[in-house]
Amino acid sequence: MNSLVLQTASRFLLPLLLLLSVVILLRGHNTPGGGFVGGLLAASAFALQAMAFDVESARRMLRVNLLAMVGLGLTLALVSGFFSLSAGGPLLKGLWFEVPVLGFDDPIKIGTPVLFDIGVYLTVLGVVLTMIFTLQEVVE
Amino acid sequence: MMLSLAILALLSVAAPWVCRYAGPARGVVLAAFPLGIGAWFASKIPAAADGEGIVESVAWLPELGLELSFRLDGLSLLFALMVTLIGAGVLLYAGAYMKGHHQIGRFFCYLIGFMTSMLGLVLADNLILLFIFWELTSITSYLLIGFNHDKKESRAGALQALMVTGLGGLAMLAGLVVLAFAAGDLAGVAGGVWNMSELPEGLSGHAHYPWIVALVLAGCLTKSAQFPFHFWLPSAMAAPSPVSAYLHSSTMVKAGVYLIARLHPNLATGTAEGLWEGLLIGFGATTMFVGAYLATRQTLYKRLLAYSTVSSLGVMVMLIGMGHPDAAAAYILAHAMFKGCLFLVAGIVDHEAGEKDVAEIGRLFRAMPATALAAVLAGISMAGVPLAPLAGFVAKEKMIKAGLDAGPLTALLTALIIAAGSFTVFIAIMTGFKPFFGKASREPKKHAHEAPWPMLAAPVILAVLGIVYALVPALFATPVVTAAGEAIKGGPFEAALRLDAFYYYEISLALGLSLLATLIGVGIYFGRGLWVKATSPFAKLDGVVGPAKMYDYAMLGLTKGSWAQTRVLQNGSLQVYIKMTLVAILGMFAWAIWRTGFLPSVGTNFERTGLLEWVLIISIAVSAIVATRLGSRLATVAVLGVIGYAVAVVFALYGGPDAAMTQFAVETLIVVIFVLVVYHLPRFAVYSGLAVRVMDLLLAATFGGVMACLVLAAGSQELFAPISAYFNEAAMPETPDGQSAYGRNLVNIILVDFRSVDTLGELVVLGIAAIGVYTLMKLRDDQEGTPVAEREGDEDQSEEGDA
Repeated sequence: MNSLVLQTASRFLLPLLLLLSVVILLRGHNTPGGGFVGGLLAASAFALQAMAFDVESARRMLRVNLLAMVGLGLTLALVSGFFSLSAGGPLLKGLWFEVPVLGFDDPIKIGTPVLFDIGVYLTVLGVVLTMIFTLQEVVE
Repeated sequence: MMLSLAILALLSVAAPWVCRYAGPARGVVLAAFPLGIGAWFASKIPAAADGEGIVESVAWLPELGLELSFRLDGLSLLFALMVTLIGAGVLLYAGAYMKGHHQIGRFFCYLIGFMTSMLGLVLADNLILLFIFWELTSITSYLLIGFNHDKKESRAGALQALMVTGLGGLAMLAGLVVLAFAAGDLAGVAGGVWNMSELPEGLSGHAHYPWIVALVLAGCLTKSAQFPFHFWLPSAMAAPSPVSAYLHSSTMVKAGVYLIARLHPNLATGTAEGLWEGLLIGFGATTMFVGAYLATRQTLYKRLLAYSTVSSLGVMVMLIGMGHPDAAAAYILAHAMFKGCLFLVAGIVDHEAGEKDVAEIGRLFRAMPATALAAVLAGISMAGVPLAPLAGFVAKEKMIKAGLDAGPLTALLTALIIAAGSFTVFIAIMTGFKPFFGKASREPKKHAHEAPWPMLAAPVILAVLGIVYALVPALFATPVVTAAGEAIKGGPFEAALRLDAFYYYEISLALGLSLLATLIGVGIYFGRGLWVKATSPFAKLDGVVGPAKMYDYAMLGLTKGSWAQTRVLQNGSLQVYIKMTLVAILGMFAWAIWRTGFLPSVGTNFERTGLLEWVLIISIAVSAIVATRLGSRLATVAVLGVIGYAVAVVFALYGGPDAAMTQFAVETLIVVIFVLVVYHLPRFAVYSGLAVRVMDLLLAATFGGVMACLVLAAGSQELFAPISAYFNEAAMPETPDGQSAYGRNLVNIILVDFRSVDTLGELVVLGIAAIGVYTLMKLRDDQEGTPVAEREGDEDQSEEGDA
């Protein structure tokens, strides 16, 4: 597809959509959002890029092998569950730590479910893009 | 214990990098880890021997009765030592043996992955945990047998081993579940007893006892290659020699023996006529004899050893069944040493002389003296030559004594033991003596020379340990064998165990019979041409109705059956699939209503339906109708997208922002994917006649109507208290207690915390789907001429398999 409108829009939308997807991923614990929606949103950003230009350029922008990304996501999700085992279990029980961050009054809460959600994000992104890219490459 | 498993698991994942950066030192580097772990286990011999053992436990999925519970007692210790120490020797050996193979990193990943699984298997106390490790050993064994996957026999052997042990394993899972609940009945525990150390006495009195025995033994007997399931083991010899030495002689094939020994105190009836004992003696004795007999007809080095391993596994099962745990434990340890050594020697002969057939080769002594020495020592040990102070002799004397003490079965069992013993002597000469000192019918294919030191270390040490075993038993043999034997027996021995060879030098019937077996074995060796001719009619019979042939028939039947049912049920028409699904669901509703007589009242509360809702309803309805009338796929997809968006707006209006967001994103991506798929489809056309289309309309309308009624009914009644109050409290309690999930978005917390195991499962499914799409499209490409090389790079992504 060679649409100037789409290409120009994609240039501006891609970074915005990616930023939004990360925000949605991280805010998910307290407000609507989470790894699944975030991953879908990021996938649509790259899908837009692939449609406006071509799959090759979208892959270049990603830099990472998609199936490796799926593997990384699954590994992260699984590893996040192992932390609780070291604290006596059960598997995947959420552990939370309070980390003081310079410039904030309250400490930031970080927990293993966040790692799990990042795993969800990466897996969903990798899976959806694998499907879209392989299908689109045949079309191209 | 858990730490040792974690270290090995990480080592397995890291193995490819170790191989890349350590170069020729890879064997030493990798072997250091199991060696260290083995040393740790060796230091625990006194602690494990005192009956209670060492226990470690962490909750895993408590809701399912699953616990990461490990227990190191005498029996576990015997196996853990074999797994780690022989494993270290094999890794060292394989570092040199596999030199230059282009997938050497993958090989070590699999091999250490197997080591982890096997160690987990013998340490696990929880029944389900044991089963998981059990299946992991089957899978890693499959990968290792089929390692040279460009060869047809490797693939066939791998699949055969997986089918036989996998089916047995499934039966065993059922048996373990019945066992756990039966034990729960006896112990008065509602959810079943899942830890083996807590199993109660007297299970043989339970009504389900025969089922437990049959199902558990189905798993053990297939895994330990007992007749008639023995045929997979010789086929598994397609694996590289280190694998055969490690998995198919020293460790994995003994997993069945291990579980039999582990459950023996709980499942034994106490008499030789009991179901458990009877089956063990029957299968064990038959396997011992048939395995040894079949071995006498082989000439390939590794196949000879494989059949003789089948025979040895039969011996172990038989000895446990006869109630001689000391003899069984002594034999298990001795066998791991002499058979492991001979398999490694077979690998050396293949590697350094290029020969696989013992009938052809001989006089290799000059070229490889150290190997010859190890082979002769192991051979003498295996033969159990009378008065030779080696491990095999001690074990054999104990075995013959057990046979002479078998009550009404004495005559039969002693005869079988002596017959199998004679065959074993013959096999020992063929594998330990003939290749090095016998007559060669031709020059070896390669210029034969001695193996490098990493390949010599393990066989020589194993051979020498065979002498230490019988001359200085107090050094390691007696403590380990006593601890293991007492764990199998379920109590301490009355008399101290004697493993020193000299103890058995007295003039006795057992020694005389041992001498007789040796003489017959030597006789068969010199008259082996005649022997092969005399036994060939039986071999022909085996080729027509033997167990291996039965397996072939069964696999053929399975393939044909699947083909037939696929043609009937899955004929490729999407229309038929959808119709079948809808009719089946409607049928289930009708059945449920008919059975229960419960017809829910449909709520008709439409008060909140304002203007916005009406707009949405009408746009959904109109889009649905338009979608069925359009003549273009692309337009249909776009209209369906409208429906999806409208539904998302409904979600947003009624307090489901998460669902709405997801729905928007999913709809968008589905339209994108659909557009890409449409490209592959043929031109849009209508083939159905009017009658078919009217029927379709009726079916669709009925289904839609029923679903609408169901939704309305579900919304208007409350059969159970909603769980959301509990979730709210657990997510963000008024008073934080350190247990809460620290969050306010329930939907997300359910996904990543409360039900994260489900989510993990779904992620794995997603990953598999992605790989499916990828391979389907790439395979298509290959057929159209894209180079296969492109696929190679992506095949190594199997992280989740090892984690």
